[in-house]
Amino acid sequence: MTENAQIDKIPRQRPDKLSRALIDGWQRDFPLSSRPFAEIAAALDVGEDDVLAALGQLSEAGTLSRIGAVVAPNTAGVSTLCAMAVPAARLEEVAAVVNGYDEVNHNYEREHALSLWFVVTAADEARLEAVLAEIADRTGLEVLDLPLLEAFHIDLGFPVQWS
Amino acid sequence: MELSTTDRRLIAALADGLPLVPRPYAAIGQDIGLSEEAVLDRLRALVDGGVLRRFGLVVRHHELGYQANAMVVWDIPDEHVAAVGRLLASHRNVTLCYRRLRRLPAWPYNLFCMIHGQDRDKVRELLSDMVRDLDLGGIPHTILFSRRRFKQRGARYAPDALQGAA
Repeated sequence: MTENAQIDKIPRQRPDKLSRALIDGWQRDFPLSSRPFAEIAAALDVGEDDVLAALGQLSEAGTLSRIGAVVAPNTAGVSTLCAMAVPAARLEEVAAVVNGYDEVNHNYEREHALSLWFVVTAADEARLEAVLAEIADRTGLEVLDLPLLEAFHIDLGFPVQWS
Repeated sequence: MELSTTDRRLIAALADGLPLVPRPYAAIGQDIGLSEEAVLDRLRALVDGGVLRRFGLVVRHHELGYQANAMVVWDIPDEHVAAVGRLLASHRNVTLCYRRLRRLPAWPYNLFCMIHGQDRDKVRELLSDMVRDLDLGGIPHTILFSRRRFKQRGARYAPDALQGAA
C-alpha cells in the first residue's frame, strides 16, 4: 500500500509483457466464470499460475488496486465529493481524521485554497450526513459537500499508453 | 434496478476485490453463504442492470507512470452543462466527468473532469488540446493538481456487513 505517500516519490516500475496484456485486456468484461484466471490464461496462451503470479505482483507493487466492481454512483449506496480549506500546518492532522472513516475511499491534497478533497460513500443519506457533520465538528473546519447531479462518462477503464 | 440484501452483501464482500485463487467466486461466496453459481448469477445481473459500471482490474494511475493527476473544474451555464459534459466525457483525455452542485460563493464550478498525464506539462498540453478541440476557450475553468494521496481504495458500501468478512 502506498497511502500517505508523497506522490512524486513513488518509484515507477514498468510492468512486464504479461502484466501489460492483463491491464490492457481485463479492466472490463473480466470473466464471470468458475475459473476466470484459467480463462484469461488460455486467451494469452500462458498458465493459470502465471496469470495469478503476475496479478499478485501488480497488487504488491500497488499498480493493481483490486479486481472488482466499479459501482455506478448512488446505486448500492450514496456518495459525495467533499472539499475543505485546510491551513497547511494542519493538513496531515485533518487528513488523518478524514482517513479514519471507513466511508472515505479517496482522499487527496490538491493545490488550491480548498486543499483537501475526499469521497465519502455510505449506506444511506443519514449516515453520509453524519460523517460530514462529524468531520466538521472534530476539525472545526467547514466541509463543502458537492454531490453528484449527473455522470457523463462511460467507464471503460484506463487506456495506458505504454512508453 | 432494485438491490436485494444479498446483492448488497455481495457488493460489500467485493470491496477489496477478488482473492487471487483459482476459484475466486467460490471463495467470495463462502464468505457470505452463497454458492459459486449464485455469486456469478448475481454479478451478471448487476452488470446487466447497470449497477456495476464495469467489472475487472482497477489500476492506480500513478503507479503506471501517470504521475500528474488533475481535476479540471468548469463553470458552465446550467442550460449548457449537459451538452458540454457529454462532449468532455467523449474526449480521449478525460477519465471521469461529473456534474456536481455549485456552492456559491465558495465554489462556482459545476462540471468536473479528471485528466491523467505523465507529468504536469503533459496534463496542461492535454487540457489545451481539449479546449481547442471542443471550442471551450471562453468558459471559466481551473485546474487542481493533486499533491499528496492520503487514501485510494474501493468504496465500502456496507461497513457493518463487512466486519464479519474482514
